[in-house]
Amino acid sequence: MHGTAAIWEHAVTRIRSVKKDGVVFDMTDVHAFDSAGAALVLTLEKSIPEPGTIDFVHFDEKHEQTLNLFRKNYADPEHFLLAPEKDDIPTYTGKKTVSFFKEVFHAVAFTGELSRAVFKSILHPRLFRWRESLHVFDKAGINALFIVGLISFIVGLVMAFQAAIPMRMFGAEIYVADLIGLAMTRELGPLMTAIVLAGRSGSAFAAETGTMKINEEIDAMYTIGIDPVFFIVVPRVFAAALATPLLTVFADFIGIAGGGMVLFSMDHPVSVYTAQILNRVTGMDMIGGLIKSVVFGILIAATGCFRGLQTESGPGGVGVATTKSVVSSIVIIAVADALFSILYYILEI
Amino acid sequence: MDTEAIISVENLTGGYPGIILFENVSFSVYKGERFVILGGSGCGKSTLLKIMTGLVKPMAGKIRIKDGEIEAGTRASKVPLLQYTGVMFQNGALFGSMSLIENVKLPLKEHTCLDRNAMDMIALMKLKLVGLEKFADYMPDRISGGMKKRAAIARAIALDPEILFLDEPSAGLDPVTSAQIDRLVLDLSQTLDITFIVVTHELSSIHMIGQRAIMLDSAEKGIIARGAPEELKRLRENKKVFAFFNRLTDEAE
Repeated sequence: MHGTAAIWEHAVTRIRSVKKDGVVFDMTDVHAFDSAGAALVLTLEKSIPEPGTIDFVHFDEKHEQTLNLFRKNYADPEHFLLAPEKDDIPTYTGKKTVSFFKEVFHAVAFTGELSRAVFKSILHPRLFRWRESLHVFDKAGINALFIVGLISFIVGLVMAFQAAIPMRMFGAEIYVADLIGLAMTRELGPLMTAIVLAGRSGSAFAAETGTMKINEEIDAMYTIGIDPVFFIVVPRVFAAALATPLLTVFADFIGIAGGGMVLFSMDHPVSVYTAQILNRVTGMDMIGGLIKSVVFGILIAATGCFRGLQTESGPGGVGVATTKSVVSSIVIIAVADALFSILYYILEI
Repeated sequence: MDTEAIISVENLTGGYPGIILFENVSFSVYKGERFVILGGSGCGKSTLLKIMTGLVKPMAGKIRIKDGEIEAGTRASKVPLLQYTGVMFQNGALFGSMSLIENVKLPLKEHTCLDRNAMDMIALMKLKLVGLEKFADYMPDRISGGMKKRAAIARAIALDPEILFLDEPSAGLDPVTSAQIDRLVLDLSQTLDITFIVVTHELSSIHMIGQRAIMLDSAEKGIIARGAPEELKRLRENKKVFAFFNRLTDEAE
């Protein structure tokens, strides 16, 4: 027994080469006739060279009804399914440029709204949603301890291994402690924590806010006179600004412990490793890293919420907002980190 | 019903970039009436409601609510609007992170200086009015669609508005729940003298709650009929309106 798909190409090719006036199909052996069968019959009718005609004999009454239903509802794909219009290069470039500047405009406007809302929170602390902020702190901060700790431990461990091999050649193995201490406190602790939070919490902020947008909760806020930026974004920014430096301190210690594991395995005592780090890493190194992490936290939360508030429509829109949030956060963190490096160099921190 | 127009819509054109949904729409809503905006899917009913509530900027035209002109996007224009309007959205739009009573209390917290006990009392009264006082501490995800809509009405009337906008209040509900919501609208209208602007395409709701209606049409991009629902049902001259009210298919084509 053949299905429609199996005979389609053969049947259409044969009918196009018909030179006689008419073709008669014997439908005796047709046991089932569905929309695919109807599509084939209609295609054959349209494919036969003029003035040829097609006739069907022994057509089951039920099958004929099915054919008539689809014949009545026939819509020519060539007419309805138009190929998507492709922009030429200047049009495409123009559209992308306009879209980029719109994005910049929205980001600047959002920064202004956020600054105003933060200022309002400072002036009216009673209005601030402390409970919501604490809840976000718990979800974004405390619940992230394990993943931040794991990543930092592995980073410290891998870095120590990579550094120990060449340094052993110069008998300077113990200086791996200096490297780990400085790298973790000044750079990798804040950076790795920020990247983990961008993927874990920034995306969650975007998804939450985006879902609120498509569920019309944001519109509902406007209609009852609530500023969504003050109501949703500020508690998240505050929680992230508080959680990120605390997680960074945790990441610093765990990363240093990870590096320590490598040196302990190479028979360097704990006391030597610790003393080496305490001699090399200053309070300023720690503070520099923590200042960075506060800024990273603010950027992650603000970017996540901004992308969430930009959500267009439907669950697909939330997915797009979440992806954009992670990508934008990582790019912004990298740029901010580079700016901090330049600033710290100038300030000799 | 009063003869004083509480809402005046003048030559309103609305839509989204590249799409005009309706053009030059004008109508008035009188104080205390239950006014229905109806029409088929995609004709711009919800967009018209969003423009009337200041959420979407019109492409052209004016809306006056009481004596103030509504303009979307400007904060100053929204403050007076909030003092006398409430909005219920299609899916309730309750804040998922708050219990029902917290949802209802939120407008009170934001716009009044009442103490906590007074706010609790008012919020509970509003919840009881919609039959949800027993669910005051429930989170929105634990209640049914009909209950969400009733809770949204309770939140919308938290500040005792003069005008209540309802977007599809009975859509997607079973007939009994749908009738309960319609009954609630009638009760609120009669007891609290609230002016209702209801967007719907549910025939039973239109007949039960509507006193006056306008019908929008996507092909005509505007109002194709206006009047009492009973009159519109008998309007044989307009095939689209007659088909809509009598659930016919051929006349609409």
